[in-house]
Amino acid sequence: MENCKRTPLYQTHIKLGGKMVDFGGWALPVQYSSILDEHRAVRENAGLFDVSHMGEILVSGKDAFAFLQLVLTNDLTGLMDNRCRYSFICYENGGTVDDVIVYRKNEESYLIVVNASNTDKDFEWLKSHADGFDAKIENQSADFAQLALQGPRAQEILAPLCEGELPEKSYSFVEELAVAGISCLVSRTGYTGEDGFELYCAANDGAALHAAILEAGKAFGLLPCGLGARDTLRFEAAMPLYGHELTADITPREAGLGFAIKVDNKDFIGRQALIDPPKRKRIGLKIVGRGIAREGYAVLFDGKPVGVVTSGSPSPTLGGNYAMALVDACVANEERFAIDVRGRALEAERVKTPFYKRI
Amino acid sequence: MTPTDRKYTKEHEWLLISGNEVKMGITDHAQSELGDIVFVELPAVGDSFAAGDSFAVVESIKAVSNIYTPLAGAVVSVNDALEDKPELLNEAPYENFIAVFEVGQVDESELLDAAAYEAFIS
Repeated sequence: MENCKRTPLYQTHIKLGGKMVDFGGWALPVQYSSILDEHRAVRENAGLFDVSHMGEILVSGKDAFAFLQLVLTNDLTGLMDNRCRYSFICYENGGTVDDVIVYRKNEESYLIVVNASNTDKDFEWLKSHADGFDAKIENQSADFAQLALQGPRAQEILAPLCEGELPEKSYSFVEELAVAGISCLVSRTGYTGEDGFELYCAANDGAALHAAILEAGKAFGLLPCGLGARDTLRFEAAMPLYGHELTADITPREAGLGFAIKVDNKDFIGRQALIDPPKRKRIGLKIVGRGIAREGYAVLFDGKPVGVVTSGSPSPTLGGNYAMALVDACVANEERFAIDVRGRALEAERVKTPFYKRI
Repeated sequence: MTPTDRKYTKEHEWLLISGNEVKMGITDHAQSELGDIVFVELPAVGDSFAAGDSFAVVESIKAVSNIYTPLAGAVVSVNDALEDKPELLNEAPYENFIAVFEVGQVDESELLDAAAYEAFIS
């Protein structure tokens, strides 16, 4: 833990009693009070997360758009200023470099928000494919603190702190919005399956912004939340987590995320590989027997291994235990599976994803 | 407060020894480190274990944790209540055992008393 990188909120986490863990080289709280309590707070009221470990890469210049069209699987055509779009960066073989959110500031300037542990890899990947483009690629990750305020009461909590309007539409954002007097980029995005906002401010302002939002949220049941709840929340919403549902060996098509792959619209790195029908598919499973399917456990059909659990957890909102698994495409429409839990076959049935969807 | 009526292991189990019968559970430190406990896999009555074997599995939201017996023996009863209420291990770890063992011989030389265990975790 001594060698871990610290976000600008490190002292805040210690002060709030966060249980600090090593998350991909970052010292971050897995929980403050209880994962279950923090999870419930986000579903019923609101939760505040430090996600400053996420990376921010700015791509700018005359050819920024053309360059991004080459490296992103999604199509940025028609993306307006102040709007966000989810996309993948893929290898030639279709394997996933990362999943990212692209913020279009203007025609020649795009902020790419990437997974923490992939920041350096993504930055190098982008730079190595930028030859011949008039595009400047800057890793600005250290400049930002990033907070996520998530939950049905997020708007009520945040609006009174703002000198200006919050972004109204999902996947839109505003820049230079003063929140508690601190200049922020605020987007209506998140990773919990709830309404909410992500706020980017100068690294030095992160702790003050966190304190101001936490104070404002006191009357609304807002809790500071750690990575544990962040994971169970995204899991219920069946959102992929890089390193689990997506890896260098798993294509986004296999992960069932074709909505952000536009092979018909344009050429891009990985396009050819993503045209071929996937050999494996991500499915959702509800555990029928007693036990918890964990990442890495084998999935069985008819007693034979057909895949592997990519994420598995109890669902605090729904009750019961669920799993996402990557299985051979030929069995992906079957109904009954089993999970090999320490040598015991645990019964599971295929269910639709997301497991949880807000009404 | 660590109860002084029992012994402890460095793997954070407690043992309440009464003759050849030994009740085993997990310590307050263990449940606190695990966080919300959501599943307990109990052994079956009659199962035999060697010293150092894992006899149960306790799972929190994020972690899977094996529970080890420091003494060889056979399971004579289990705490069935944990199947429906695994959170009892969070709420009252010293009042909720996991299993009771019948052991041949109790060798306490490797076990810690309450003071030594407290020193170990501090």
